[in-house]
Amino acid sequence: MIVDETWYLVLSAMLFTIGAAGLLVRRNPLVMFMCVELMLNAVNLTFVTFSNILNDVAGQVVVFFVLVVAAAEVVVGLGIIVAILRRRPNATADDVSMLRG
Amino acid sequence: MIVDTVVFIVAALVILVGALGVIFSRNPVHSALMLVMTLFGVAVLFVAQEAHFLAAVQVIVYAGAIVVLFLFVIMLLGVDTAENLSTDPLGGQRPAAGVVAVAAVGLLAVLAVRAVQVSTGAESVTLPLDSGRSNIAVLAEVLFTDYLFAFEVTSVLLVIAVVGAVVMARRPRDEAGDELSGDALVVERHTETESERT
Repeated sequence: MIVDETWYLVLSAMLFTIGAAGLLVRRNPLVMFMCVELMLNAVNLTFVTFSNILNDVAGQVVVFFVLVVAAAEVVVGLGIIVAILRRRPNATADDVSMLRG
Repeated sequence: MIVDTVVFIVAALVILVGALGVIFSRNPVHSALMLVMTLFGVAVLFVAQEAHFLAAVQVIVYAGAIVVLFLFVIMLLGVDTAENLSTDPLGGQRPAAGVVAVAAVGLLAVLAVRAVQVSTGAESVTLPLDSGRSNIAVLAEVLFTDYLFAFEVTSVLLVIAVVGAVVMARRPRDEAGDELSGDALVVERHTETESERT
């Protein structure tokens, strides 16, 4: 049994799908953010795998940028969540669907 | 070769168990810890694919900074109460999400197999990974030559994120104004009593 690149791609497909399903199902905004991180990690794994397949470093550079964008996204997203939850503790994603404070 | 297989299977199990744990944990703190487990598994697979620098950055930035930020917010807001997952607020949402998930896994797996068949044998357009130099040297050379503009834009993005976080996490202006006027009243009273004394 030899592990080839297809296994990595299928694994990242499963990881991406688990993240997407969690984003659809969960209502706690913090857990939804964690599911977004799962999806980003699945994409990172795909980039590194294709970088390995094609013997090209560009895929790893893209992963580097994805990491930075993920960090920025988490900072802004947690700022929004803090602003919402400070006003209304235990708010779920459904409660802020009106975006009127 | 058998070592590669064992490493992949163990890491894949860790990743999938962690990812499912993120979804099915009732407590957000447990979700965050399961997320750390998944991130470590992905870092192991990065090492297995010769991306050593990214594995280190994955552990430092994701597990070290981002998850700690999550836990910090959870603890700061005191929202670490268990969520009731037994009820489905929107009828039929969970079965629909399950169907979509199974279909997406199937489609993405087909796409992955097909992509590997198509993309093998392509030539390197930037720098090859097997040039005999270290992974970090190759990555740095490409990052600071071909992708220099994107790198600089990234720094601007980080500054914007910091400013945005500060703006959003501040208290609203009216509350701050009330506090200020309260302080001013105290100062006024204080000066009054002092002037009465004199």
